[in-house]
Amino acid sequence: MKKILLISLLVSVLAACSTTPVPDETAGAPVESRSSGGSSSEVKPVVAGGLDASGLPRELTDPKSQLAQRSIFFDVDKYEVKGEYQSLVAAHAKFLVANRGYKVLIQGNTDETGSREYNLSLGQKRSDAVKRALVLLGAQEDQVESVSLGEEKPRNPGRDEAAFAENRRADILYRAPDGRGEF
Amino acid sequence: MSRISRRIFLLCGLLSAGLAQAQLSIEITGAGASRIPVAIADFAGDPTLARIVTGTVRSDLERSGLFKLVDPVGAVLDENAPVDAAAWKGRGADALAAGSIARSADGRIEARFRLYDTQKATALGGAAFVTQSAQLRMAGHRIADYIYEKLTGEPGVFSTRIAYVVKSRGQFLLQVADADGQGAATALTSTEPIISPVWSPDGSRLAYVSFEKKKPMIYVHSLATGQRRIVANFKGSNSAPAWSPDGRKLAVVLSKDGNSQLYAVNADGSGLQRLGSSPGIDTEPRYSADGSQIYFTSDRGGSPQIYRIDANGGVAQRVTFDGTYNVSPRPSPDGRSLAFISRRDGRFQLAVMDLASRQVQVLTDSTKDESPSFAPNSRMILIATEIGGRGVLSAVSVDGRIKQRLTIAGGDVREPAWGPFVK
Repeated sequence: MKKILLISLLVSVLAACSTTPVPDETAGAPVESRSSGGSSSEVKPVVAGGLDASGLPRELTDPKSQLAQRSIFFDVDKYEVKGEYQSLVAAHAKFLVANRGYKVLIQGNTDETGSREYNLSLGQKRSDAVKRALVLLGAQEDQVESVSLGEEKPRNPGRDEAAFAENRRADILYRAPDGRGEF
Repeated sequence: MSRISRRIFLLCGLLSAGLAQAQLSIEITGAGASRIPVAIADFAGDPTLARIVTGTVRSDLERSGLFKLVDPVGAVLDENAPVDAAAWKGRGADALAAGSIARSADGRIEARFRLYDTQKATALGGAAFVTQSAQLRMAGHRIADYIYEKLTGEPGVFSTRIAYVVKSRGQFLLQVADADGQGAATALTSTEPIISPVWSPDGSRLAYVSFEKKKPMIYVHSLATGQRRIVANFKGSNSAPAWSPDGRKLAVVLSKDGNSQLYAVNADGSGLQRLGSSPGIDTEPRYSADGSQIYFTSDRGGSPQIYRIDANGGVAQRVTFDGTYNVSPRPSPDGRSLAFISRRDGRFQLAVMDLASRQVQVLTDSTKDESPSFAPNSRMILIATEIGGRGVLSAVSVDGRIKQRLTIAGGDVREPAWGPFVK
């Protein structure tokens, strides 16, 4: 039922954008027959203003942009942001300063070795360290939220050091002022 | 009702060998130095029911690693039959249990038994347990507990329960089973991680951390009703719950003010109180058995080590000094020792500290031990470990000699918690 309502809502929205008169929804044509009309069932999303499908500006998602790099990696048992990530953190801080309506969520992660609870706290320290660096460089406190996933959501499920190194990580996720984005 | 139907299901499962349920299976990989030879005669009465009871008693005692079963050579003996102590002694048994199973008019079943010392040719005592037919194995566990206590001087834990988390096909199951891994029931199913379950002191509730709302929050879950309550949902992480011995409070870890720090909260979520303060990570609190102290993990000294503070807060004292990673402190119920996980040469191993002498003994040679949990009689420690890339549970005696392994087909088992004595 919900789905039918949604489809008819979409249809009416699309129809409202065109110059043809809005068809009378109460005429009662079955929804199924309407969507089975070939080309009309496919909708290619187009967003104006240089945004991609997630609703974020391309400078955040284009692989050629530095801001598309969202991961900061850490040493074993450590939560200091290493020098090699200074320019990356600075670039993200600069974006947040220029775009006060945007928010980020920092997710801290750890490898699977050791205590789950200690790792949950360690992941929090990692995300807090990234948050602190962003705020020091001008991001506002309420633009940045830091959380921990501990060892519970490994990006690489492998059990060797290469996998562990990939999982000792903080990720930066973006949300646009309209609520669209990555979290 | 659910317990009864579960038991019936278990019985059916035992009859059909290829049971495709998430059931733990146990393997014993060590035994005590000297085992007490004991014979459990076949009990009189309905042979099918008697076999369930005596089978449970025998496997409990054998699994403990403290007893050697002497073959009763088909002898059927009820609790009042005359016993030829010399003959049983001649077969090598220091003790003998005999008994019977009787059905009462209301459909319940009574298991009676008596325990004999064959050396002194005297009865050591006996008892009767009345149960529903679906809970016959519990009568067996109770009898095994009785025998264990009479012969070792310490209370048995065969009738206790354990909780643990199974990860299987992308799902997380919080399960509760008998201490022998049988009769598993799922208390919670989630697509997000569940960690750190702990039993309330009365055994009726579990506190745990669930990520089901996309971040860690602490829940208290009543097992009989399935009723759940969120007791900590603050900004940031909410984790590492630990019950106070009186069951009224939980020590918890919150990151609401930045670092992970220790707090206490009433079991209904009210009355939040900060317990300590450090510039680093404080986590994994556990009350001592008398409730006066809280042991916890902190990296305030530069590496994660175990500390202790007064349960109402105060100045922390460092407890572990060897190595650069000592975590997950668990004070024993008898107050004598502290189990924890220690990293040695890159391997994470179960260690035990004698709190009086501060002597530390490493109990395993494994590489990925986690989450120790004492049996309520302080004799065994249940841990999560890894064998062949799979998560398994292992129960290790406090002297390290006896080891049992609990595995589950097609899944990882982790986060064990041994429940309290059953009243």
